[in-house]
Amino acid sequence: MSPAFFITAIVTILAAATVMSLRNLVHCALAMAITFSGIAAIYLQLNAEFVGFAEILVYVGAIAILIVFAILLTRSGEAPEKSVLTAGWAAGLVVSVLVFAVLGWSALNSTALPTTVTAAPKITVKKIGEALMGKFILPLEIVALVLTAAMIGAVIIALKEDAKTENPGRKS
Amino acid sequence: MLGEQIIKGMAVTARNFFESYVSKDRLTTVQYPEERLPQKGNTRQFPFLVYDGDDAEKGLRCVACQICEKECPPKCIYIVKSKDKKPDYKGQMQVYPVRFDIDLSVCMSCSICVEVCPFESIKMNTEFELSTADRFGGLLFGKDKLAKSNSYYQKVHPKDAAESDAVIAAEKAKAEAKAKAAAEAKAKAAAAAVSPAPPVTPAQPL
Amino acid sequence: MFNTLDQIFVNALHWLVSFVPEPWRPLASSMLCISFILMVFPAFFSIITIFERKGIGRIQNRYGPNRVGIPFTKIRLCGFGQFVPDGLKMLTKEDIVPRAADKLIHFLAPVVMLIPVLLAYAVLPFGRNMTMTDYDAGLLFFFAIGGAVEIAVFMAGWSSRNKYSLLGAMRAIAQMISYEIPLILSAVTVVMVVGSLKLEDIIAAQNQYTYGIAHWHVFTPWGLLGFVLYFIASLAESNRTPFDLPEAESEIIAGYFTEYSGFKFALFFLGEYLGMFAISGLGITLFLGGWTSPVSFLTWIPSYIWFFSKLITLIFVFIWIRATLPRLRMDQLMNFAWKFMLPLALINILIAGIWHFMNVEWQRWIVCSTLVLAAYVWLGRGLMHQQKLGKRTYRYAE
Repeated sequence: MSPAFFITAIVTILAAATVMSLRNLVHCALAMAITFSGIAAIYLQLNAEFVGFAEILVYVGAIAILIVFAILLTRSGEAPEKSVLTAGWAAGLVVSVLVFAVLGWSALNSTALPTTVTAAPKITVKKIGEALMGKFILPLEIVALVLTAAMIGAVIIALKEDAKTENPGRKS
Repeated sequence: MLGEQIIKGMAVTARNFFESYVSKDRLTTVQYPEERLPQKGNTRQFPFLVYDGDDAEKGLRCVACQICEKECPPKCIYIVKSKDKKPDYKGQMQVYPVRFDIDLSVCMSCSICVEVCPFESIKMNTEFELSTADRFGGLLFGKDKLAKSNSYYQKVHPKDAAESDAVIAAEKAKAEAKAKAAAEAKAKAAAAAVSPAPPVTPAQPL
Repeated sequence: MFNTLDQIFVNALHWLVSFVPEPWRPLASSMLCISFILMVFPAFFSIITIFERKGIGRIQNRYGPNRVGIPFTKIRLCGFGQFVPDGLKMLTKEDIVPRAADKLIHFLAPVVMLIPVLLAYAVLPFGRNMTMTDYDAGLLFFFAIGGAVEIAVFMAGWSSRNKYSLLGAMRAIAQMISYEIPLILSAVTVVMVVGSLKLEDIIAAQNQYTYGIAHWHVFTPWGLLGFVLYFIASLAESNRTPFDLPEAESEIIAGYFTEYSGFKFALFFLGEYLGMFAISGLGITLFLGGWTSPVSFLTWIPSYIWFFSKLITLIFVFIWIRATLPRLRMDQLMNFAWKFMLPLALINILIAGIWHFMNVEWQRWIVCSTLVLAAYVWLGRGLMHQQKLGKRTYRYAE
């Protein structure tokens, strides 16, 4: 547990808490981008370079932008007047602490986690490529199909509708 | 649409770039305070007073008729006539201006004063680098700053100066011809008075 | 002798680091590399702004700045000292923040723009053994960092509370995202053929010579097409003409940095130009052989001189294109990205695959060249037919 891990973990958790507690939605989205970068930093500390950089590329570079666009296109952009905390927030806090305690106790006492710490294997990008094209080829192709279907769906939703079907009363 | 027009455009631009170092045609910019573009023939900026010869006081053509002062639309000319007279180019005794002020910050360069002057004495100058830091009197030009010689006028507006000189020469010739005719008539009348003749009528004053 | 000249910076670094005690050496080495990057590239940026103004001026039949040489003296230096008064001007201008602006985000946006751009220089190989950090997935690092610039653009546009800034920011983000795809796909062809994401490996694959000419990727059909696509996409990524609608002065005042003045504007300007250099540097590494020389009898010239001369050439072509082409409209820009460049990049991947698996030299040249030309012409004509050039019809709201 190096100091670098502690700092990164604290930054990530603080950013995640900020996402939930800020009033202005755009600020929340930007704090989310910080959370994603924190997670990418954790991956990098585990020497998982490819995953870390892919996390930044996909999450910070595309998904954060997507969230921000979604906020912009669907809201008027004003900050809410009332507080973000609801009336029974103390009860919510108690429940979440209890749940965390139960989960933590069961995770630490389970036998599924390895108890000895072995050095992480050095995974190069080449090995990831070979695994993707070898062992995991079927999931890769299925994911590609799902993404293609999603893109086609998005294009259809955004397509300009045919003039005739849009308004049958129009003459041209 | 395959991009060949873009390549042609880039070739034109590259040619411009390289030739701007070599030929003066391509690089048409004039680096202003060091080089200036030559001005056109009918450039006009602000008026000036013409004098013949070398002496600005003696050769000044202006006779303080005050026509330009009255015709000036923004009334930027201020003239004070003199009490005495001096001879003009035709030999007649004329009044001259003691003060002739033009406020160049008011002058709108309409050149109406030039059009109405009967004595070819006020003309348009081409100098424009007159900026000054003095807001109040810096652009109020008096007779000393406004008077420039006829040779300067010929250098600045050659064609107009030639016309003006022709007009003045014609006037001068007419005046001389008239003076000669008067002198001849006077001499003839005097000769007639000297020789014995029936009672003569007194000579008519000319 | 030439080898020592080539490695002079590396040796100097080792010599300087040897003064530091043993446990601090990696830190000292990183600090020295960072300071080198921070000194060289902003200086390069200043010189390039002068070259740009003078170059565009000459192309437009006028002189560029040619008076300021060394300040406070009369030495003119053909105007190359112009960046000093320009920099001082930007530093001393009043920093105006709109009253309704989101202060924290308004402040952070230029910083968030500049940091990823500076980070990107960490993986570029400037010469032999002169990469600061040679990651296994270096190329992916570069593109990931490029994606973080978009957040900064959005932050700048949103926090100004100005509808023109927001509109400019939206357009800029849309343009950047659309052109990132052909950029990455054209880099993917290189990765396919070389087989590694490490930038040193990519250069090593191009460092071989046949008949005296290097194996640069740009000398192959798919590499040429890939380089052209990469170049056009990098023009769009750095918001340069003809793709500079987001920041065009006559269209939208200054787009997403309308409300920035003084030093923050200088940071944006710096970030934009440094981004241009970084992306050109990557293009040089991928397609133009990085620090290798094109012909085998010129390898004695030091490697960093090759890298920087290629960088300067590429920047001059950027400036040349800026002075030549008019601006693309937003829909023309998007059409170009999605309907021309993306299919062409995908077809290029196919062609690179064919190149890699065909072994006979002359056959694969003919096949790949014809495929490249056919794809280019077909897609170009297809884009042309798209335009419905007729009488304009209007759609009114019902």
